[in-house]
Amino acid sequence: MACLLSMKDISKSFSGIKVLENIRLDVEAGEVHALLGENGAGKSTLIKILGGIYTKDSGTIEINGEKVEINSVADARKNGISIIHQELMMVPDLSVSENIFLGQSKMKGRGFVDLKAQNIISQELLDKYNIGINSRTLVRNLTIAQKQMVEIIRAVSFGVKILVMDEPTSSLEDEEVETMFQIVRRLKSEGIGIIYISHKMSELDVIADEVTVLRDGLSVATKKTKETNKDELVALMVGRNIDQYYTRTDTVQDEVVLEVENLCDGDRVKNVSFNLRKGEILGFSGLVGAGRTECMVNIFGITKRKSGTVKYHSKEINFKTPKEAVKEGFGLVPEDRKLLGNFPDQGVRFNSTIVIKDKFLNAGRYNARYEHEMTAKYIDTMKTKVSSMEQLISKLSGGNQQKVLISRWLMATKDVLIMDEPTRGVDVATKADIYKIMNDLAASGMAIIMVSSEMPELINMCDRIVVMSHGYTTGVLNRSEFSQERIMHYATVEQDN
Amino acid sequence: MNNKSGNQYSSFNSLMDGIKSQLGILIALLVMCVFLSIATNSFLATTNIFNVLRQIAVNVFLACGMTMVIILGGIDLSVGAVIALSGCTCASMIAKAGINPFLAILVGIALGAVVGLINGSIVAFSTIPPFIVTLATMNISRGLARVMVNNKTVAVNNSIYKFIGTGYVGPIPVHIIFILIVIIITAIILTRTSFGRSIYAVGGNKMAAQYSGIDAKKVILLVFIINGILAGCAGILSSSRTMVGQYSLGDGAEMDAITAVVLGGTSMTGGVGTIGGTVIGCIIVGVLNNGMNLLGIDSSWQYVVQGAVVLLAVGVDFLKKSGMLQKRK
Repeated sequence: MACLLSMKDISKSFSGIKVLENIRLDVEAGEVHALLGENGAGKSTLIKILGGIYTKDSGTIEINGEKVEINSVADARKNGISIIHQELMMVPDLSVSENIFLGQSKMKGRGFVDLKAQNIISQELLDKYNIGINSRTLVRNLTIAQKQMVEIIRAVSFGVKILVMDEPTSSLEDEEVETMFQIVRRLKSEGIGIIYISHKMSELDVIADEVTVLRDGLSVATKKTKETNKDELVALMVGRNIDQYYTRTDTVQDEVVLEVENLCDGDRVKNVSFNLRKGEILGFSGLVGAGRTECMVNIFGITKRKSGTVKYHSKEINFKTPKEAVKEGFGLVPEDRKLLGNFPDQGVRFNSTIVIKDKFLNAGRYNARYEHEMTAKYIDTMKTKVSSMEQLISKLSGGNQQKVLISRWLMATKDVLIMDEPTRGVDVATKADIYKIMNDLAASGMAIIMVSSEMPELINMCDRIVVMSHGYTTGVLNRSEFSQERIMHYATVEQDN
Repeated sequence: MNNKSGNQYSSFNSLMDGIKSQLGILIALLVMCVFLSIATNSFLATTNIFNVLRQIAVNVFLACGMTMVIILGGIDLSVGAVIALSGCTCASMIAKAGINPFLAILVGIALGAVVGLINGSIVAFSTIPPFIVTLATMNISRGLARVMVNNKTVAVNNSIYKFIGTGYVGPIPVHIIFILIVIIITAIILTRTSFGRSIYAVGGNKMAAQYSGIDAKKVILLVFIINGILAGCAGILSSSRTMVGQYSLGDGAEMDAITAVVLGGTSMTGGVGTIGGTVIGCIIVGVLNNGMNLLGIDSSWQYVVQGAVVLLAVGVDFLKKSGMLQKRK
């Protein structure tokens, strides 16, 4: 019997760059098929082609052996294809049932929506899948997990045959993940084919039957989940072995560059002390809300200091504005790219050179050559993938955006670089690139602070790790003492005052 | 990829890029000119061309300043009223008090700077939207202009003032020289200074600009002051052209300026825009008005046409951005 869904030889280019090349994806009825790949590997493009948001350049899509043309979202829906996006598209001020029936309202008479019938049908569906939500509740009042479940029910009500779930568990708690999996298994048993996109390898064993790995727009392998393992999958995704992932050589020098004592911002940062040496990568660990980011932006002059001292090369400093910090040669790669980093309407060049603009824009004289050479140099060093220097940063993948922002600070920073979650939302290959750059920087004498919530990267990349809890520095670990348990121990210390 | 970049950034290429991005409205302008030169026999006459340039002078001053404000992500509705305030003050000082015209002109321009300073301080140091702030200062300025001339028309009779308003340098109207100076200065600020780069950065993402070491408040303040100064200058031009101080000077001028800026492709959401585009926008507005006069179109209908042109230009821009007009291979 023919496959439920068969995508063959799908290719797609954007402005001359091939993003998908002869992709093959087969999904059987009642199968959970995981789609794996770094950011920029082509997963979302493939899914958007299936969902009718993009049109493919070539290739065929078959459903139950019959060739179908999908040129619009309506075409996709007609063929029983539903996508649950990461950013949920719901109307917060309408009820659950109204959201479920959005675009397919039950009518009574002319122009009147039969809310009662909608509520009853919605409730039946919710109950059928054991989702404990009242269909009259406003969507605004639901948790993210509940919203996702409502989206699934909405797809079911449309008569979904192929359901695409884009990182459904990325923002869920553990119990919620389990509930989600129960629903997925239920859908499976009803013969629905599910394409499951996730970065969490551990989930794949539990939920997926098969997995297809994409890399650079190619489908590199399709494997049965049972017959593969995490290391193999990562190697397939990255195209190299995992032990080449972290790069760290000991480059710490004796000279102390930065000394922070009893720093307090009168808010989230209560009492922070640490020192940072030349050539060192100093990790900052802690739970969400421990005050790590707040501490860094305070040193950088974004918030006001209440008390405490910061010494830079034994000289006391107190930056009132980021401008002063930049002048002294400090750099800060912020956590939130979109909010604090990108200039979305500008290209790679503008975004790279904004901090050093005084060097090539001086009293009516513009040294375009210098600006272009700097941009080109760092595109090269960082191996940033761009179609041109003027390509809008908002059109780049998350990993390449991060590389541009790191370039921005590499151009300007003298010897203290603070990196707040430098690998968040970044694909595996870019992570490896970033680690390598950090290692090279440290080797050249840069003192680096890395704030991170990912323990493996802290443990593998840092020379020492400072742990914070509730605004206090509660522990400093040397390399020989690194372990997730020790870090967690200090991260959960309760401070009295 | 990098080998090519060696000659990618010649000024010729950047000029061509600029022209390419404005191709749509350049063609529109060309079509208008061709049509008018066929439909009327006076359009291409030197006197008429000079006339158009003289008529757009005030708008060029305002629109160049407005371009910076809009790139910054703001808007300034007070500039039309600042024309009245500056023009009336200057005219009264010369006509009633017999003050040295140069001093009077300086005072007029300084008043523009003060209004700009007030606008800029409130916008920079509060979260009140620029639309509201400048709506208020617009009414205040217009009111003060009325006070200045006591609700009457003040006639000026002064040779220097007359030269500024209607003079010639050789065969060239002095207005054209003023226009060129403003265009060059504002274009240099935006493209060849660190401050100009900061304007784009603050307009594109204020938080990111601050994190990049840019003093956003200072940038906002300065842009509004520059805009106020340009509006003050426009007031002097406007008043000296008719040799009167009248509180209705510059009525609705802010809208003409915004029209030209938008026609020129500057994004109302900030972060994007060029002086070159704005200049083309000003010329289109000028040629349109001139053409309609030459064709004898009723002035009431001229408003309708102007409004329609803006909708058309913004509509085309919107379609272009949303990819609906993209070429298919």
